[in-house]
Amino acid sequence: MPLNWDLIWSSFGPIVTGAVTGTIPLTLASFAIGLALALLVALMRLSRNAVVSGLARFYVSVIRGTPLLVQLFVIFYGLPSLGVKLDPWPSAIIAFSLNIGGYAAEVIRAAILSVPKGQWEAGHTIGMSRAQSLRRIILPQAARVSVPPLSNTFISLVKDTSLASLILVTELFRNAQQIAAFSQEFMVLYLEAALVYWIICLALSSGQSVLERRLDRYVAH
Amino acid sequence: MSPTDGAAHAAPQAAASQGRPVLSVRNLAKAFGSNVVLRDIDLDVRRGNVVALIGPSGSGKTTVLRSLNGLETPDAGTVTVAGPGTELALDFSAKVSKKEISDLRDRSAMVFQHYNLFPHMTVLQNVIEGPVQVQKRKRAEAVAEAEKLLARVGLADKRDAYPFELSGGQQQRVGIVRALALKPQLLLFDEPTSALDPELVGDVLGVIQELADEGWTMVIVTHELAFARQVADEVIFMDGGVVVERGPAAEVLRAPRQERTRQFVRRLLHEF
Repeated sequence: MPLNWDLIWSSFGPIVTGAVTGTIPLTLASFAIGLALALLVALMRLSRNAVVSGLARFYVSVIRGTPLLVQLFVIFYGLPSLGVKLDPWPSAIIAFSLNIGGYAAEVIRAAILSVPKGQWEAGHTIGMSRAQSLRRIILPQAARVSVPPLSNTFISLVKDTSLASLILVTELFRNAQQIAAFSQEFMVLYLEAALVYWIICLALSSGQSVLERRLDRYVAH
Repeated sequence: MSPTDGAAHAAPQAAASQGRPVLSVRNLAKAFGSNVVLRDIDLDVRRGNVVALIGPSGSGKTTVLRSLNGLETPDAGTVTVAGPGTELALDFSAKVSKKEISDLRDRSAMVFQHYNLFPHMTVLQNVIEGPVQVQKRKRAEAVAEAEKLLARVGLADKRDAYPFELSGGQQQRVGIVRALALKPQLLLFDEPTSALDPELVGDVLGVIQELADEGWTMVIVTHELAFARQVADEVIFMDGGVVVERGPAAEVLRAPRQERTRQFVRRLLHEF
């Protein structure tokens, strides 16, 4: 198979543009919103109120028990029949945020539970309320524990955003698909797309290592 | 071992009020299901006095201590603590509000068996966290005070170290300084030396002895009977959730009246 070098070079432009204007902002926005949601859900699950924790448990169960692609389609193609019409971008951000919210909630809940009870008590003995202890004492320690699993979630999200191409979001994979369909060079284009995803994930992995080292500075080695 | 710098951080209690009870506990009771943990506990601690709670594990002494800091909620009984302002009286037979528990905590500070320092903060940050974040004191002021206190317990040079870089004895001295920095009415110690290597126990007990000499009001749960005899004004022996015997340290530890106390004291003094 002779390689079409012209096409390889010229297609990198749209693919990288798709990453910069689609994949990356979609990932960052969804992860940020998803994390905030996850913290809320984790705290709800830890609540002593059975209704509150039951609600959170139900949410996590639905998110983890249904495919992300189905969630995307329900929001983008399903909601209009209820009169809720959302554009591709908001649909994608909502779906991915809700998804991250469910998965990361379990990570954060486990991380909070991993902090010894004595730390809560030490917070209380210096006069802190529960909220204050959580913010100043517990969450900083839970953060260290949750960085590796949350990094996994984050890296998965980068790749999962390719599903947004199916609800017409212009991102990395959709651009690759369009050029592939037009040029009929499927192997080349999809390998290019794979390479760009891989490079993004490599960058994230090294970011993870830096963050872990930073958060590990107060732990005996 | 620890340089004393005069009255720079003397106990807040004024000499004039020496002798008044800082803490009064009446009929404290607690049960987990049918398992009675505490029954009819009375306790009075006068200003500047040191009370040692001794007894076998499971006797309820730690539960009494933790109740005084709002870490356990008794089922019944009253706790009264003198204050800088009004006296605080909690009646656990009725529903106790979060505000009341929080007020109770503001008047005492706990030193834990396992130190419970905040691992993500330096020594200095551990000490000023309460004064700055909770008591809203000026940071510069809190830092200056923390440095003085750390110097007193011989840890001036550990100011910027993280807890994991310290020995157990050093961590516990930071734990004590963290409690002192809150300027509580009452210092509570929960087996402060039980988790320490034997050769480090002396340092920590030395600091506690100094605090006693300075006039801090303290309740100490301890297994160190020799230390209790030396530092405590009153010793209370508990077993099975009740007070078995109480009195001046020398009497309870040298010539116990109750057989159960005698057995306990003999075992701890001779078998170990």
